Amino acid sequence: MPPILRTSVRAGSYHDSVVLMRLQQSLASLPGILDAGVVMATPANREILEGSGLLGDGAEAAGPGDLLIVVRAESDDSAAEALAKVDSLLSLRASGSGESGYRPRSLDGALRALPKARWVQISVPGRYAAEVAHEALDRGRNVFLYSDNVTLADEIALKEKARARGLLVLGPDCGTAILGGAGLGFANRVRRGPVGIVAASGTGLQMVASRLHALGSGVSQGIGLGGRDLSVEVGGFSALQALDLLGRDPETKVIVLLAKPPAPAVTAKILAAARATDKPVVVNFLGKNPPLWRLGNLRFAVSLAEAADLAAAAVLEDPVGSGLPLRPSPPAPLPKGEGRTAEARPTGFFRGLFAGGTLAYEIQLGLQIAFDPIYSNAPIGTSRPLDDPARGSGPGHAILDLGADEFTVGRLHPMIDPDLRLRRLRAEAADPSVGLILLDLVLGDGSHADPAGVLGPEIERAILDAGNAGRRLEVAVLVVGTDDDPQGLSEQVATLRRAGARIATVVEDLVGLAWELLGPLTAAPAVLMPLDAVAAPLAVINVGVETFYDSLLSQGIAASPVDWRPPAGGDERLAGILRRMKARSTA
Amino acid sequence: MTNAKPDIDQANRTAIERMTAARPRLVEVAPAREAIADFPDHLLLHAGPPIEWPRMSGPLRGAVIGALLYEGRAKTEAEAVALVESGEVAFEPCHHRGAVGPMAGVISPSMQVYVLADETSGRRTFSNLNEGYGKVLRYGAFDPQVLAKLRWMNQTMAPALAAAIRSAGGLDLRALIAEALHMGDEGHNRNKAGSLLFLKALAPHLAGAPGAGEILEFLGANPLSVLNPVMAACKSMADAAHGVEGSTIVTTMARNGTDFGIRVSGLGDEWFTAPAAVPDGLYFPGFTNADANPDIGDSTITETAGIGAFAMAAAPAIVTFIGGRPEDARDATLEMYEITTAEHDHWTLPALGFRGTPVGIDLRKVVELQIPPRVNTGIAHKEAGVGQIGAGLVRPPLALFEQALVAFAERYGY
Repeated sequence: MPPILRTSVRAGSYHDSVVLMRLQQSLASLPGILDAGVVMATPANREILEGSGLLGDGAEAAGPGDLLIVVRAESDDSAAEALAKVDSLLSLRASGSGESGYRPRSLDGALRALPKARWVQISVPGRYAAEVAHEALDRGRNVFLYSDNVTLADEIALKEKARARGLLVLGPDCGTAILGGAGLGFANRVRRGPVGIVAASGTGLQMVASRLHALGSGVSQGIGLGGRDLSVEVGGFSALQALDLLGRDPETKVIVLLAKPPAPAVTAKILAAARATDKPVVVNFLGKNPPLWRLGNLRFAVSLAEAADLAAAAVLEDPVGSGLPLRPSPPAPLPKGEGRTAEARPTGFFRGLFAGGTLAYEIQLGLQIAFDPIYSNAPIGTSRPLDDPARGSGPGHAILDLGADEFTVGRLHPMIDPDLRLRRLRAEAADPSVGLILLDLVLGDGSHADPAGVLGPEIERAILDAGNAGRRLEVAVLVVGTDDDPQGLSEQVATLRRAGARIATVVEDLVGLAWELLGPLTAAPAVLMPLDAVAAPLAVINVGVETFYDSLLSQGIAASPVDWRPPAGGDERLAGILRRMKARSTA
Repeated sequence: MTNAKPDIDQANRTAIERMTAARPRLVEVAPAREAIADFPDHLLLHAGPPIEWPRMSGPLRGAVIGALLYEGRAKTEAEAVALVESGEVAFEPCHHRGAVGPMAGVISPSMQVYVLADETSGRRTFSNLNEGYGKVLRYGAFDPQVLAKLRWMNQTMAPALAAAIRSAGGLDLRALIAEALHMGDEGHNRNKAGSLLFLKALAPHLAGAPGAGEILEFLGANPLSVLNPVMAACKSMADAAHGVEGSTIVTTMARNGTDFGIRVSGLGDEWFTAPAAVPDGLYFPGFTNADANPDIGDSTITETAGIGAFAMAAAPAIVTFIGGRPEDARDATLEMYEITTAEHDHWTLPALGFRGTPVGIDLRKVVELQIPPRVNTGIAHKEAGVGQIGAGLVRPPLALFEQALVAFAERYGY
């Protein structure tokens, strides 16, 4: 049976030619249809149909405004069936939400879709991660860098760039952050609250955040750092910025600082920054905390749980955030501002002249938080031994136990006989490299009848002589005793104060005084990170692992994905050229 | 080789500023040999990168034969072929002469061309007259009917158009394109609105011309009548951006039916070429992709200047090409923002909140993201003279951009 041609005309039915081509394709693919033509019946289109042998009976009447549908079919039935489908095929619409499903392929594309995004979350393979992070920084965006295997040199370069621009790089290898209530990477859903967390430990942050939530408290900002930020090489770039940020953040009333024990030099820097926040800071150096329970505004916790508990308690007991609950027995405070600026502070080393051996031990351990090296005739912890303690105190900070054997041979213990200590005090005070003298004064039965009466004039003269020589010398005394002691605590303290000494009654406070007077200062970053970078609601661009994007969406966070692929399809030569071009562009 | 590496971003900004600042006006219609400098009788211009007869595809060969018949240099197809094979005919890309032509793009000395003058630089660019759909020279047809229509266009319509354009005081094509984009055109495959605007602007000035009825009917019936002036306008813009030292902006994309070729602003007149692909598209009744010629024509100048497929968001009516949903049209344009440098100052897209069209293809981005530009195109039958058999989407081979990037790196020492 020869093929048959069937024609249908719809008068006055206009459709764009591409719609008609699609219809024709659909008709031609129906069973029993050999070919189809669907056109507006213009002369040019008739010509086309004629050329394909599709111009048959019934087409004559159709004019340019009419739709002409022609099928060549194996049978009448298939032709009729096909023509019957025209209406439904014409009315067929691709289903669409009306929303753009476009997934940007580049960071720039995503930033066009979500210009308000201040954070870029990066989880591409490590060898590409630094490049993406540089791109984000160059566009003024902060970086949450989940990727690992980023070189140390890249990490430092990224963080230097970030700091210079008032931006933050969290990571590499940063597992978690909670910023403006938005969880990045791995994060728990915790109530927003007054506790800011800075953590070089992802799961530590999660543990403390969850615990705070359980305690009815919450998190203002949770800032993960990645494992290497507090290394000697990186030196705590991001930690310093994070502490400065939380110090300024009005939502943050108390700060928790979590890290594996950093190197001494980094510890000193970080704690100086923590001190500068003027907010209570709960510190947990996992497994290795200083033998102090507090230091100025810092409070040391022995575990993650205790860190959370202390932070929650600090806020609950002290809603205005003065931090007082962390200082139940405040030392004689320095006048506000005193000791904080370089001009007002003494310079040089401290020298401790102790009668009590255990006190000399504990003060060394405490001072080691912020000072390194420390020399001693009775070294403990990281202190170094003195070559000849009887002749001198060595080249730096020193703590002497004057009750040790080498000093007491042929004489009474210094708690009874002050003579040796007085001579040593004069010698140390005359040393122009000394800025602070630390003393202990142990009262009670058996001790000297009026040690302050003996020490006081010496202290007063030492301070005066140094002043006359153009130096500032400070003296701080740890007084151990009670008002029931024969010497009377209050009288002794009053005598020392009159002489110009500062007084502490626990080792924590003596360390605190030393730290205030001689400890490292922190400088605020040259370019302050704006607080609104972490303000809710956060908008985030996700480059890499898809589930992180899904997590953002399921938290209701404005997010844009980047459908990232290796540059130049992984072609090393082309990618190398592109890198060199970019290096020139950003140079 | 330069020692000081250029600031590519700055160079690209310069190139794009020049491209978007160009304001070509249609100022006259004149025979190619008069309008285009140094146009000897034995020369034929063609679309795309340079090519010689043995490698020419069917439609281009057909158009060459037709042009030789039209010029009277041959009386039969065989004579025309013999003339070419004897070496008596010289070929050169339109692009080398400031011209562009759709499909085969063949321009012979006595063919009339639209002349556009850029108000900013005085640069003059050219394109031939559009023959409409059906059997036409630009698809390689050369039967007597085709040649008769060409004669009428060149001898009757062209002088009337020339007079009308002068009488109208010229026509600002950049403004016309801007308006057409707001009326559902994307400027390459869909030029219905632009052609009507063109007709509207010229009709009052044509009405008194001899043969006015026929001319108005011809222009009105051809939804592509404005395509050629639009292309020449885009050429003017692209050329304004060409030759900026250190710029990675693509200033030419063109196909000759065998090769796809590009040129880059900072790489002089060097062409980078690779075999042209067969477009992915929809076909007219009776044809399939087995009939299709590889991609052909200079009309990719529209995408080069920031319209065509780049402005797909303006033309949801033809979204059937790329998935069928209006959001597909938007997404197509969004993708092109990824590989371009700027958003056009003068051409905006209502569907995207009046963002400028993506403009200035950056070689670096194409290679880095492995996203070749989108091109909306007509599809030619591979045999000479059959004509257009469909329309669709094509992308230039990535290899072109990769070659050009390597050449750029060598030239500038990266």
